[in-house]
Amino acid sequence: MARKKNRMGTEVNAGSMADIAFLLLIFFLVTTTIASDKGILNVLPPKLDPNNPPPEIDLNARNIFTILINANDQLFVEDEYGEIDNLDEDIKAFILNFGSPSEEGTALYNSLPASLKALSARDPESSDDPGDAVVSIKTDRGTSYEKYLEVFDLAKKAYFDIYAARVNLSTDEYRALTGKTDAEQSLIDRGKEGLPMAISIAEPNKIGGN
Amino acid sequence: MAKFGKKTKAEVSIPTSALPDIIFMLLFFFMVTTVLREQEILVEQKIPQATQLQKLQKKSLISYLFIGKPKNSGLYGTEPRVQANDALVQVPDIVQWVNQERDLLPEADRPGITISMKIDRDVKMGPISDVQNELREADARRILYASIGKVDQD
Repeated sequence: MARKKNRMGTEVNAGSMADIAFLLLIFFLVTTTIASDKGILNVLPPKLDPNNPPPEIDLNARNIFTILINANDQLFVEDEYGEIDNLDEDIKAFILNFGSPSEEGTALYNSLPASLKALSARDPESSDDPGDAVVSIKTDRGTSYEKYLEVFDLAKKAYFDIYAARVNLSTDEYRALTGKTDAEQSLIDRGKEGLPMAISIAEPNKIGGN
Repeated sequence: MAKFGKKTKAEVSIPTSALPDIIFMLLFFFMVTTVLREQEILVEQKIPQATQLQKLQKKSLISYLFIGKPKNSGLYGTEPRVQANDALVQVPDIVQWVNQERDLLPEADRPGITISMKIDRDVKMGPISDVQNELREADARRILYASIGKVDQD
């Protein structure tokens, strides 16, 4: 005991060490910007080959859900002045309409959970089959990016909602699937099966921009 | 009760000798996770909000394009400009930039190159579609509209 007391005198005072460390810590806390690589994934169509123009495909107008956003950020959904509020529900109802499904479409319909079957209106004026349904977003050059992204986001949400409901997950859980393990990959594939995400971004009109 | 009172009188001191170590541990954590910004952003960046965010698995595949109004409007004007790496580029030069970025990746990863587009929310669709056309030309078709999460109202 006595020996210990003698040593005490030679000890370096480390009491302020914590303060110094705190100072450094706060510096790094303030300067840190945690890089976020989150965003909405989009795959652009391949470039046009002048020698080999894409085949003209005649899609029935009822199979295309057109969303126009003009230079004043106003929405025209299926040729009517539209609101953004229920857009995702409208898109879901359009995709799952099953107006006159093919054989595969009928099989797909039978495999859907009851919550999605309820959305199917079987309206002959709307999409024939989820495999044929296309959501088309067209903007003007003067449309703001913010509005475009909002609409694109909702179109994605409609598809993800459907995928997630098919595999009994919440939409957030489905989106967080990475496909790193086979189990996750099979969940992703089961959600998407027979229901391609068909969101078409049309070339913008030359209105309101440069 | 008397005994109880006695006990409280005893000197209670929390040992603080481990405190610097704990703080240092936190400090090292932040030092390691910090990504110092190696490039100066020359254009305005007010990233829009969205809900359907996805995370990319391989960060090494991502290259960044920044689009927005130049911060230094006296020098670069007020029209939206595109920044790649640390300089403003003209739209037709994007193809060349993409090819340079692609060459930096290992051969197997090259088709999977993803362009993260960090676009200011005030930019109009016209310049964006020009950039997208160039990206199609360069065959870098996977793009990511960088956005931050929105809190759902419902």
